Amino acid sequence: MKQEYTLTAYTENQVGLLNRIAIIMSRRKINIESLNTSPSEVEGIHRFTIVIQETEEMVRKLARQIEKQVDVLRAFYNTGDEIVWQEMALYKVPTDEIAEKVKVERLLREHGARAVVIRKDYTVFETTGHREETNNLIKVLEPYGLIEFVRSARVAIIKDSRGFHEQLAKFSSEE
Amino acid sequence: MTQAAPIQTATARKQVSGSQALLEAFLTEGVDTIFGYPGGAIMPIYDALYDYGDKINHILVRHEQGGIHAAQGYARSSGRPGVVFATSGPGATNLVTGLADALIDSTPVVCITGQVFAHLLGTDAFQETDVINITTPVTKWNCQVTDASEIPAAIAKAFYIAKSGRPGPVLVDITKNAQLQMFDFEGYTPCEHIRSYRPKPIVRQEYIEEAAAMINAAERPFVLFGQGVILGNAEAEFKTFIEKSGIPAAWTILGLGALPTGHPLNVGMLGMHGNYAPNVLTNQCDVLIAVGMRFDDRVTGRLDRYAKQAKIIHLDIDPAEIDKNIKADVPVWGDCKETLPLLTELVQQKSHPEWLQRFHDGDKQEYEQVIHNELNPTDPVLTMGEVIKILNELTGGDAIIVTDVGQHQMVANRYAKMNHTRSNITSGGLGTMGFALPAAIGAKMGAPERTVVAIAGDGGIQMTIQELGTIQQFGMNVKILILNNQFLGMVRQWQQLFHERRYSFVNITSPDFPKVAEAYGIPGQKVSEREHLRTALQTMLEHDGSYLLEVMTGKENNVFPMVPQGCGVAEIRLS
Repeated sequence: MKQEYTLTAYTENQVGLLNRIAIIMSRRKINIESLNTSPSEVEGIHRFTIVIQETEEMVRKLARQIEKQVDVLRAFYNTGDEIVWQEMALYKVPTDEIAEKVKVERLLREHGARAVVIRKDYTVFETTGHREETNNLIKVLEPYGLIEFVRSARVAIIKDSRGFHEQLAKFSSEE
Repeated sequence: MTQAAPIQTATARKQVSGSQALLEAFLTEGVDTIFGYPGGAIMPIYDALYDYGDKINHILVRHEQGGIHAAQGYARSSGRPGVVFATSGPGATNLVTGLADALIDSTPVVCITGQVFAHLLGTDAFQETDVINITTPVTKWNCQVTDASEIPAAIAKAFYIAKSGRPGPVLVDITKNAQLQMFDFEGYTPCEHIRSYRPKPIVRQEYIEEAAAMINAAERPFVLFGQGVILGNAEAEFKTFIEKSGIPAAWTILGLGALPTGHPLNVGMLGMHGNYAPNVLTNQCDVLIAVGMRFDDRVTGRLDRYAKQAKIIHLDIDPAEIDKNIKADVPVWGDCKETLPLLTELVQQKSHPEWLQRFHDGDKQEYEQVIHNELNPTDPVLTMGEVIKILNELTGGDAIIVTDVGQHQMVANRYAKMNHTRSNITSGGLGTMGFALPAAIGAKMGAPERTVVAIAGDGGIQMTIQELGTIQQFGMNVKILILNNQFLGMVRQWQQLFHERRYSFVNITSPDFPKVAEAYGIPGQKVSEREHLRTALQTMLEHDGSYLLEVMTGKENNVFPMVPQGCGVAEIRLS
């Protein structure tokens, strides 16, 4: 049965590695639903967070293929209940509309959103949360003339992970 | 010719060009042969090479694909990484087939490609192509170097990655400015560790114990072995293991030769055109022990009808292979050079005479229905099998046999006698027609003391026939045996069996091959009668230098047995 999995890979920071990892998916005609690369808790080690819909059998094979890449230290896969995850979204709306309607202020508060930029012509709000939450705010803001919307890739923390410092020490010492 | 600069130590810095640093690195890595083709973007490297003529042998091939196949042949016969030079753009793209072939067949190859000046990257400059991204899916690792000072470390990584763990091809793309640039060369240090790369998984003793217990309890154990045994230099360890445990062992085509074909426990070839007994008995064994093989679809046939009754023990160095196609009951991660002796120690000394007899019974059936007629035809038209039989008699099974792809490949693999490891060089995973001739050139360079016979069909030989020029120029001694059935035989066989004899574009004409060879200064002859076959093969083998022998074989002969695509191994057909 296909379900949502979050793949986490600890990697070196190398040019071309993103392509190596992406083609592991595209070769198998698997769509990447979300992809984030960022620094990790360990200096010099990068972290990929990839969301896909697949069977567990396939995602296990994908994790092994990712880990097989020379510049990848470890790859993990988790279901949604094994991780804490967030996505950030930005919403641009006309300032006139917002300013006129006081209840917008309350709506935004309800959705944990905050204003990042307020200009005469437009205002940019930001909110962070699960997909459902960032989607809900779109619905709320649409009546006020949503000009632009963008959502970031997922970032995720693995609940039972102890981080990578210990693991890295092992990698650095072993033959 | 000036002397090459000596290797610099950290205490004696010296200004050298990126190109010189590259060649110094090669010397430390023990590179004695490069297969290559020059061009604009790799000219500084070739200029530096001019001064290294007494230390490094450069073979000018006729096409970059020939270059990389030669490097593969070199690696497969010698066990050392093959090295290739190609220029940017078309030079580099011509390597792609060989890279894909080397990746799927785990062959260590180091490719160096020239690239346009760094400031021209991305400008669609003359002969600029995005080599790194084109080759990413077909390399174990690749990288681009734009500064000379990065060259030593990049080359060190390249060799280490190519030959360690599960070997594979790597590519280093060096921009022209980096080749020319002078820098402080602090000497070359080979790479021995990369923190993100674990070439061998750690051996887990509990799995060894579990596997041994399973083997000791087995009544009908069966071993399948692949190239992992050869790549791990574990032929002796493997032989000790099966001899102690008394288990019959069958091979994948890349495993051929890891155990002598005449060994009493060698029960033959697996897969689509493999032997009858090992295919059928795969579905009757109780414990299946796979050693250094990856359960390719040509070996397993239909997966849901593959060894369902058996417990599976899988020994492999590549963790991604475990459970990829066949779920392992006991995964024995690790280099079989280490895991096999651990297993041997724990398995009981045994023999399985009744079980082994069932293989012999199957062999008898196959012999009567297929092999006898293939090797001793009564029809005046020659068969490929009888050619291989006589070749075996003449070489004694001591030659390196390099095959192309198709019917002749399956026949050669089925019938060739091999006494030694690293004797079978073929394009197994990718099935690259045109592989044999250039790979044979490389194989001879890698094992100059051995007789090398390239066997190709009339189709495949024409894909890389230009490499006869390489043979001519460098005075090589490669025996070229063309088995000509005037068809693209394997495709024709499938069209006959599965497409109602609709022979769609499989009828191929050929030039007069001995005449083509003659034009390249290579003697040869064509044989179509049985009475001349043995003498012709003998002439080929005894000739001091390269020789081309074309043998006309039955136009519509088929290779049997056969596991049709989509069928289980037990559904193997004898006719």
